[in-house]
Amino acid sequence: MGKIVGLNGDEAVAYAAKQSSVDVVAAYPITPQTIMVEKFNEFVADGDVHTEFVCVESEHSAMSASVGASLTGARVFTASASQGLALMHEILYLASSMRCPIVMGIANRALSAPINIFADHSDMMGSRDCGWIQVYTEDAQEAYDWIIQAFKIAEDPDILLPITVNLDGFTISHSTQDVNMLDDKDVKKFLPEKKIEYLLDPEKPMTVGAGNNPDYYYELKMQQVEAMNKVPQVVKRVNDEFKNFSGRKYGIVDTYEIKDAEVGVMALGSVTGTAISIAEEMRMAGNKVGVIKPWFYRPFPSNEILTSLKNLDVLAVIDRAISFGAPFGPLCNDIMALLQNEEIDLEVFNVITGLGGRDITPNMTRSIFEKALEVQKEKKVKKPIIYLGVRS
Amino acid sequence: MMSKFPTYKEVPIAGNIYDPGKLVYKTGDWRTFKPVIDHEKCIKCYICWLYCPEPSIDRTKDGGVEINYEQCKGCGICAAECPVKCIEMVKG
Amino acid sequence: MVAIKDLPVEELYLPGHRLCPGCGPSIAIRMMMKAAEKNTIVTTATGCMEVGTTLYPYTSWLVPWVHTAFENTAATASGIEAAYKAMGRRSSEQRKINIIALGGDGGTFDIGIQALSGALERGHDFLYLCYDNEAYMNTGIQRSGATPHGASTTTSWGGKKIPGKPEWKKDLIGISIAHGIEFAATASIAYWNDFITKVKKALDVNGPAVIHILAPCPRGWRYEDKDTLKIARLATQTRYFPIYEFNNGKYTLNIKVPNPLPVEEFLKAQGRFKHLFKPEYSNEIQEIQEFVNKNWDRLEKLTTL
Repeated sequence: MGKIVGLNGDEAVAYAAKQSSVDVVAAYPITPQTIMVEKFNEFVADGDVHTEFVCVESEHSAMSASVGASLTGARVFTASASQGLALMHEILYLASSMRCPIVMGIANRALSAPINIFADHSDMMGSRDCGWIQVYTEDAQEAYDWIIQAFKIAEDPDILLPITVNLDGFTISHSTQDVNMLDDKDVKKFLPEKKIEYLLDPEKPMTVGAGNNPDYYYELKMQQVEAMNKVPQVVKRVNDEFKNFSGRKYGIVDTYEIKDAEVGVMALGSVTGTAISIAEEMRMAGNKVGVIKPWFYRPFPSNEILTSLKNLDVLAVIDRAISFGAPFGPLCNDIMALLQNEEIDLEVFNVITGLGGRDITPNMTRSIFEKALEVQKEKKVKKPIIYLGVRS
Repeated sequence: MMSKFPTYKEVPIAGNIYDPGKLVYKTGDWRTFKPVIDHEKCIKCYICWLYCPEPSIDRTKDGGVEINYEQCKGCGICAAECPVKCIEMVKG
Repeated sequence: MVAIKDLPVEELYLPGHRLCPGCGPSIAIRMMMKAAEKNTIVTTATGCMEVGTTLYPYTSWLVPWVHTAFENTAATASGIEAAYKAMGRRSSEQRKINIIALGGDGGTFDIGIQALSGALERGHDFLYLCYDNEAYMNTGIQRSGATPHGASTTTSWGGKKIPGKPEWKKDLIGISIAHGIEFAATASIAYWNDFITKVKKALDVNGPAVIHILAPCPRGWRYEDKDTLKIARLATQTRYFPIYEFNNGKYTLNIKVPNPLPVEEFLKAQGRFKHLFKPEYSNEIQEIQEFVNKNWDRLEKLTTL
């Protein structure tokens, strides 16, 4: 039934990748992701895994080698963050378009300039439209559990899309937490080794990545749209199967006390933990508050989010990234678009905070709930975007 | 050429081509001049065959060579390289 | 050494591609497939050989063929090789496949040099083949790190003040050898026997190997389509493009050129050097000749090591 061990988020990801029997890891070091690949390389050095570890000379090559290996039929894991993810950007689109079920751990970090190694979501948001399934996690346990499930989702014949599992840099990647690690044999039963099938095989030649003109390109994009649309149903199946042996329940969106909540806060990643503890506190003081934590950002869990916010009067959406010049932060932009055609009487405002690793303290989080309660009273959003925690 | 283009459900995943060689695009109409082999003079050295960039020179069962005019773009390398000058470029 | 008659008749590289008539690189690729044969996977960088040989639903490749991007073909090959290794470890059969990464001079000398360097340093078992037509031909003849001094391209025009590309060609094989690899060689489509022999040798190496083949481009070099081989021969017969190999520490000049033609013979056959024959640029040809002489002397010395 597994065991509880103290692991930081990066180590948890590395152990999950190890238990997932990956064939190839091609990765490049970047803070705060580095521990993932360091730890995995230890498994290689000790002969604990059969994995071929490719110490590439850049993230661009990390993703290129990952695509090459995945196209050949191998199970592939890689990891990155920040500038590394930005350098991979071009090849991220190839991984999804060429339908490579690669799993990537990302220890989210701010983007330069100025160089800053601490957490925010600018890196993943910068590659938001790259066609990858994107999962955000709250803690090391979730990161561990989602990596294992990610392979199963990605490799589903209806999906065949790559997945990123995001964990906030340092906050999660470097802090040691209790992780309930599953038994190897249980994971293997849930996620067996990938079937040995050489997709690039001289016995069965095929051309992959042929040039495309206007007469075919759109159809291939439509195939990706369809695969993305099928993700929720596959995730449900995988989550159910995972729960059966791990006892841990996952979904597309996690919520806290949302059913009868009048005021809600929505966020991605580790800040949701703080939000939930503040919500607990405020509930005890008699406030009907709740938290919405989308595990999935792509595909965007429209139905699940709509269900969870249908009884709310006010929703505060926290973004840990800026979409410069856009009406809102990236998550809030999506929420606004989602609400556009819905007959829901809901006031929404956006809180942009926690950039470049700036702490989102309990007090700051409490102030977001208080602001939302204020809006509920006034029945009107006066300030659609609050830049919280910036000196001004 | 297909009379009707396939839908996105009919196109193989990611646009992979699983049956290479099945469809061959014809390039013979690119040509202005075509090579004509004087088989009497041909010494069957296969230099023309080896240097053809298409390839549009086939080896025949009797050990000779013949031009595949459906593909030949008329570059003239075969005529230029033939050691016995038995290939002539003529209009067409 | 091989005889033409012993080369496989079967074509693994099919006609129907959209490459220009008289394309030199196409000849190189076809010869490469005659040497590598069926048990081969090819990954090609963006460039003429990629856009020209596949256009959905058409392909010229009867071996598994992959295109991902421009600068990463050596990294893609690394991944393919790693996958075969890893999957072989948990399989009853270890399969040995020829893996060839193919890039043009732009994709190799310039944008792909980092990925190539990484792959050579890591020692993947693959052949990197650079088909060199001395400019970015696919995008319309822009200068690359492989474009020779004096050549006029669309980003190094032979103008009224500047006589074509001011810089000199990079030494790709020197760079490759510096990685400590076992086999690296130049080749030319005009010397098919040497080239095919080298491809076979390179594929036999247990580790990375690099071949740099000169493959003239009628459009970019501005000569008649039929003259592709003639130009390639002139490149070597003037010692402009020496054909040599580095094999386990030993250098060999494979094509001896005891009585070289003046480099002028090579230059004057092509439109891209036409401006060099104007009186105001007369010193340029002399400079190129000196460069050629020095390079040949350097290589001859290396063969004595």
